Amino acid sequence: MRTVMTGNYASAYGAKAARAEVIAAYPITPQTSIVEKLAEFVSSGELNAKFIPVESEHSAMAACISASVTGARTYTATSSHGLTLMHEVLMWASGARSPIVMTNVSRAMAPPWSVWADHMDSVAQRDTGWMQFFCESNQEVLDTVLMAYKVAESRDVMLPAMIIEDAFILSHTSEPVDVPEQSQVDTFLPRYDPEMRLEIGRPMGFGSLVKPDLYMEFRYKAMKAMESSRERILKVEEEFRKTFGRSYGGLLDEYRCEDAEVVVVVAGSAAGTAREAVDAMNERGVPVGLARLRTFRPFPEDELRNLAKKVRGIAVIDRSYTFGAAGAFYTELCGSLFPLRERPVVKNYIAGLGGRDITPKIIEKIIEDIIDVSERGEDVEPEWVEVKGLDRSWQ
Amino acid sequence: MSKTTIPEEEYAYPGSTGCPGCGANLVMRYLLKGLGERTVISIPACCWAVMPGYWPSHCLKVPLVYCAFEATGASISGIRAALDMRGERDVTVVGFAGDGGTVDIGLQALSGAAERQTDAVYVMYDNEAYMNTGIQRSGATPWGAWTTTTPVDESRGFKQEPKKNVMAIMEAHGIPYAATVSVGHPEDFVKKVRKARDVRGLRFIHALSPCPPGWRMNPMKTIEVARLAVDTRIFPLYEIDEGVLAITRRGKGKPVSEYLSLQGRFGHLTPENTAEIQKVIDARFEALEARAARKNLSPSFTQLA
Amino acid sequence: MTPISDTPSTMNKTGLWRVIFPKVDEEKCRRCAICWKFCPDAAIQLVDGVPHIILDFCKGCGICANECPAKCIAMVEEGER
Repeated sequence: MRTVMTGNYASAYGAKAARAEVIAAYPITPQTSIVEKLAEFVSSGELNAKFIPVESEHSAMAACISASVTGARTYTATSSHGLTLMHEVLMWASGARSPIVMTNVSRAMAPPWSVWADHMDSVAQRDTGWMQFFCESNQEVLDTVLMAYKVAESRDVMLPAMIIEDAFILSHTSEPVDVPEQSQVDTFLPRYDPEMRLEIGRPMGFGSLVKPDLYMEFRYKAMKAMESSRERILKVEEEFRKTFGRSYGGLLDEYRCEDAEVVVVVAGSAAGTAREAVDAMNERGVPVGLARLRTFRPFPEDELRNLAKKVRGIAVIDRSYTFGAAGAFYTELCGSLFPLRERPVVKNYIAGLGGRDITPKIIEKIIEDIIDVSERGEDVEPEWVEVKGLDRSWQ
Repeated sequence: MSKTTIPEEEYAYPGSTGCPGCGANLVMRYLLKGLGERTVISIPACCWAVMPGYWPSHCLKVPLVYCAFEATGASISGIRAALDMRGERDVTVVGFAGDGGTVDIGLQALSGAAERQTDAVYVMYDNEAYMNTGIQRSGATPWGAWTTTTPVDESRGFKQEPKKNVMAIMEAHGIPYAATVSVGHPEDFVKKVRKARDVRGLRFIHALSPCPPGWRMNPMKTIEVARLAVDTRIFPLYEIDEGVLAITRRGKGKPVSEYLSLQGRFGHLTPENTAEIQKVIDARFEALEARAARKNLSPSFTQLA
Repeated sequence: MTPISDTPSTMNKTGLWRVIFPKVDEEKCRRCAICWKFCPDAAIQLVDGVPHIILDFCKGCGICANECPAKCIAMVEEGER
């Protein structure tokens, strides 16, 4: 079925197609239409699931974890303050090895109050042990929900997955979306049936106390699982492409990078804008490419190293800032490239915080700047793009 | 042999790492005798999070999942939903939390679970302080008690605020069944648990659970002190069944000093302090008896909106 | 995986904690099972109604001795049994 829908409805249709069995959610702008739609699906009987209208996001995640341990496929959705309230239980979910799938409508943190797009909330969860998928389009949101379940529930992974869609830019903007046939989805994503679950007649304690002599070993296993997810994500995406005819470029979605001398690295909806800017500049003879971070966890280290060998400049656009350091995408990318003997010049651009538009013009300016910087040598200071009141004019 | 007054079947193995004389061990033991094998339990941070022992030790004959400190109410909602989806409606879901995990950090999630009429039994084992972390005051610590965070010194001693009335809080949610139980009265305990098991909705059990190290008392006195709590009426045994309150054991009306004097945590109290406590207990019990005599419905049960 | 505990806690020999020991006078025992009922560790087995202390697990709390209406259980030093 091809129809027009928002990113939020794409999330809801994805959870429905995945036949999520337990949904626990708490409302927050701009996530609400996801759970409203799911509540409708459950109420009308279109989706056979239990909807738990919890009293906080912390409880939403806690309920999902226990439902998952009891053997149910679980789904939730949140945003910004809701996600950060969950922080403790996000760690619990990965430690419990619960393959929960959650949409986070990525939104700025207060104060100042802001309900608009920003990646601070998602980036702040990078160490929680969740896979993180940043989406560029509504179709990708729906498709990634399905793929995320398949990856998360793989025996070699068993980790939760976060689908990130930018506030309003995706969540409330309608695009044509193809809703896959249920029978095809059912074949692609069979019912969740874990080896171990909370079960009468099997008296076991899930998540028990472990002494220092074994704690590291359980963490090591989680690390190996996250490493396995790299391969699994690629395999699942290939399977998805064969079934549904769509794919999104694995962990690092490269666009016009073959002959590029400089590349722009960005995640989320701004990648769509960057594609246009990259096209326009290539037409003007500027050899520039786009590398979209599709996953932040696992971080596409190998992919970025291979890309770095081919280019002389990389512009990293962060839609968040790690105070006292730089943008997180930038520092992580720099860390990945460090083992290379020869490295391109990398510069960090902080843009689009709190929902400010990242326009084609901004991206073109960034590309011009990275070309200039890569010729000069280096520029280690992060550039706060178009911040009012600064000396340097971007106009 | 003589017939035992509570079910003989054990659902707890020996070898739990609870302290000698631990009341919480008995709360779990009696609870499971009442509920039986078709039970799953969720336990947050509390003494019982460590009492089953280090991995791979498990001291219960029923499955158990650990959850975050403040999350018991949410956890039981998740388990219930998943079991219902699997068609296992007859399984009893239990949230088993301490007093701090219930009346303080876990109150929001419990309130949510009660309001959503989550089909589960929530048990608060009340040792009247954060015992697992080393005896810090909680909202359930009674007025007058010493804890490590309500130290007793020359200028000002002990806890100055009364214990939170968790039964009233739960009753205000209009839940179908709430009861107080004590490890000193296992027959009453098991009977109430059985009753709770066979009701649908959120059922609440408030279990007094003496803690020898935290209450500064000899571990052999656990049952004696639990029984004195009922006999002195500082912890009356009653139930609120579909909004109607009934006292299940009146107690002998002994002076509260008998209860307090067994516990070092009250050792600093003056006769005047004890008299104050006695006054409050008498007034509270009188009100409880008056309400039980009226047999009227709790206001929370008379309103739909 | 997450740590999943599946071994009975009888692997923990908590009897090692004990410093005093419940000694039962079987002659005086009225077979009332009160000691069994109140043992926090389920460490008392009834054999023909007479309590048998499971030494591997009894932590020596003394509740059984305190509650015994016949006063047939005495707490004695570990060496005295």
